[in-house]
Amino acid sequence: MNVLELIDVVKRYENHTAVDNVSFTVPQGTIYGLLGPNGAGKTSLIRIITTITRADRGTVLLNGEKINSSTPSKIGYMPEERGLYKKMKVGEQLMYLAQLKGLSKRDAKKEISDWLDKFDVASWWDKRIEELSKGMQQKIQFISTIIHRPKLLILDEPFSGLDPINANLIKDEIYQLNQEGTSIIFSTHRMEQVEEICEHIVLINKGKKVLDGNMKQVKLDNKENLYRIDYEGTLPNHIGDQFKLESSSENELLIKVSPDEDSNQLLAALIQNNVHVTSFNEVLPTLNDIFIKQVGHSDE
Amino acid sequence: MNKLWLIIKREYLTRVTKKTFILATLGTPLALALFLAAELYIIGYESESNRIAVVDDAGLVKGTTKALKDNKTVKFFVRNESLDELKEKYLDLNYNGVLYLPEKLSQSVRKDIKVEYYSDDKLGMVSKAYIEKVVGKRVEELRITKSGYDRKVLDGFETSVEMKQRTTTGEEDEKSFSAEIATFIGMLIGYIMFFVVMIYGSMVMRSVMEEKTNRIVEVIISSVKPFQLMLGKIIGVGMVGLTQLGIWAILIPGIVMAASFFLQGAVDPSSLEDLGGMGGDFDQESTQEYILKALEEMREMNWWAIIPTSILFFLGGYFLYSSIFAALGSAVGDDVAEAQSLTVPVSMLLVIGFLLMIAAIRNPNSSLAFWSSLVPFFSPILMPARLAFNPAWWEIALSLVILVITSLFFVWLSAKIYRVGILMYGKKATPKEIVKWMFYTE
Repeated sequence: MNVLELIDVVKRYENHTAVDNVSFTVPQGTIYGLLGPNGAGKTSLIRIITTITRADRGTVLLNGEKINSSTPSKIGYMPEERGLYKKMKVGEQLMYLAQLKGLSKRDAKKEISDWLDKFDVASWWDKRIEELSKGMQQKIQFISTIIHRPKLLILDEPFSGLDPINANLIKDEIYQLNQEGTSIIFSTHRMEQVEEICEHIVLINKGKKVLDGNMKQVKLDNKENLYRIDYEGTLPNHIGDQFKLESSSENELLIKVSPDEDSNQLLAALIQNNVHVTSFNEVLPTLNDIFIKQVGHSDE
Repeated sequence: MNKLWLIIKREYLTRVTKKTFILATLGTPLALALFLAAELYIIGYESESNRIAVVDDAGLVKGTTKALKDNKTVKFFVRNESLDELKEKYLDLNYNGVLYLPEKLSQSVRKDIKVEYYSDDKLGMVSKAYIEKVVGKRVEELRITKSGYDRKVLDGFETSVEMKQRTTTGEEDEKSFSAEIATFIGMLIGYIMFFVVMIYGSMVMRSVMEEKTNRIVEVIISSVKPFQLMLGKIIGVGMVGLTQLGIWAILIPGIVMAASFFLQGAVDPSSLEDLGGMGGDFDQESTQEYILKALEEMREMNWWAIIPTSILFFLGGYFLYSSIFAALGSAVGDDVAEAQSLTVPVSMLLVIGFLLMIAAIRNPNSSLAFWSSLVPFFSPILMPARLAFNPAWWEIALSLVILVITSLFFVWLSAKIYRVGILMYGKKATPKEIVKWMFYTE
């Protein structure tokens, strides 16, 4: 079952195409990475999914149903450009946002109390937002995003402006919500941030989809048959003739095996030559490597 | 609908519970009352009663009792002592000063005559005017007696002219006086319209800019439509405006009435007359008559038509201008200088409307008044001001219909700009771009 399905979605602005025939599916219950450099069209895509803007063409299905006016109440969206009413009190603010999401007054109050307790900030109810630190404000922002228990949570650059402690706090919450069954779309241009979090990814550039799929599969599909070998003792010279040596330093080798060879052959050759191997690993490419390989240049 | 209501409620409540709002709403009538009270107090201040010793060398008051009439603040006491004697001891005799009527006064035939007042304390303006008037009247009386003319005959020469205006069919046109009152009422309504549309329109704009600067706007429109947010804001802020006007409509007359009630004992209304009397003859009876007539005239005005129609025009004008302000606010974001330069043309429209209103009131049946009240940018200020002059009903209706259609059009157009503008960050929108936004699909 897919929580979200995009089919040939197109969004054109006057001089450029922000989203160019993009299709991908987000499986239920996953943490999904929406990746791409700044200006790739991530935010445009998200705004289409959240019905803030409408696609010029294509179909978006949420839980198998075409997105419509009730979609916003099923999605929790934390935009990249986010903020709160500075003069409002924490409690009032959350009550307002929760009711806009369709919660009744009573439900909103209960949910907010629960969440404030959970974050150990129950005493903040009557504090003005402007009295809180930036990190504290982000906690309130996060609560406001998930207060209506959305089935799909979309976070656009969720860690921007957060110190590592608060980033971890939010990260833990994301994991927990995911454990409880919430599907999460995680949009960022910082690819290293999602390597550890996401199970699936879609990579977009200049409005076009570059690739998508299961993270492990994507890495395997793009691997370069690179192996790192730690060893003890001396290395016979002819190993470098037989295999392509990417780099070698004291007791560490990086070897690229050609596609028609097997990593076992490399290992066998090393053993036959009395090299004492202490570790033997395949080096999978980072998402950044894959991105550079796919589009030919780096974002940063 | 429910969400729109939530937005209206928030926009309204956050504003009316603000200290600055409460202060301005309650403070303005209080300040007005204080100002009025202070003014009345200052005018009436020296009215603690001036006891004035009179040395009558001219023989103005001989033989008659109370030839110089007292009033509440000035009391005359004719003494037999000489001027020099009284100058010495007027304080011991508990007088405030000595009025000297010199002997040559009785012989003088000049129009301008001079009398003297001796005191170490100065007389107030009002008392001075009163004494001059009373002495003048007395001299006049004596001159008449001396001349041998019959007072009654002389009085018979006095003429006052009142011109009645009639329509050509001979009907008496009762509007001549009501025109004065209508001008006053029309101006007042015009002023209020101008300031309220200006103040609350720009309040909408600031609020839109604030939401964009705070970066909350995308959070909000992930749950509601941008149009709902804009409309909710316009309605909410408009209700704040109506609340303020409503409170003022009750408080200001209330405070003025209370103030005049409390001050009634302290201030002699005739002292105000005398002040007026300095400029020309403006006696008590005719002033009172004027005020009564004015009140009567105001009572007879068709308030049941004027007030609701004014409110309709206010709503039309407010929606028209505040939606334009909202669109501008969405386009500029946090750039205050940019915002100002964009609002100048809009404010100019309001100012032109204001000037046209003044012209139209001077000449309510001119073609300028007629045509400019059809222009929707001016009619919210112009038409309510003209209502007091009873324009034809179809003129009002036509003006209102044009205004409503234009307002709806601008709300729709502004919503298109707003929708794009609030999501644009980090770059300045040129007027050309703003025009393009109108044609974007959602």
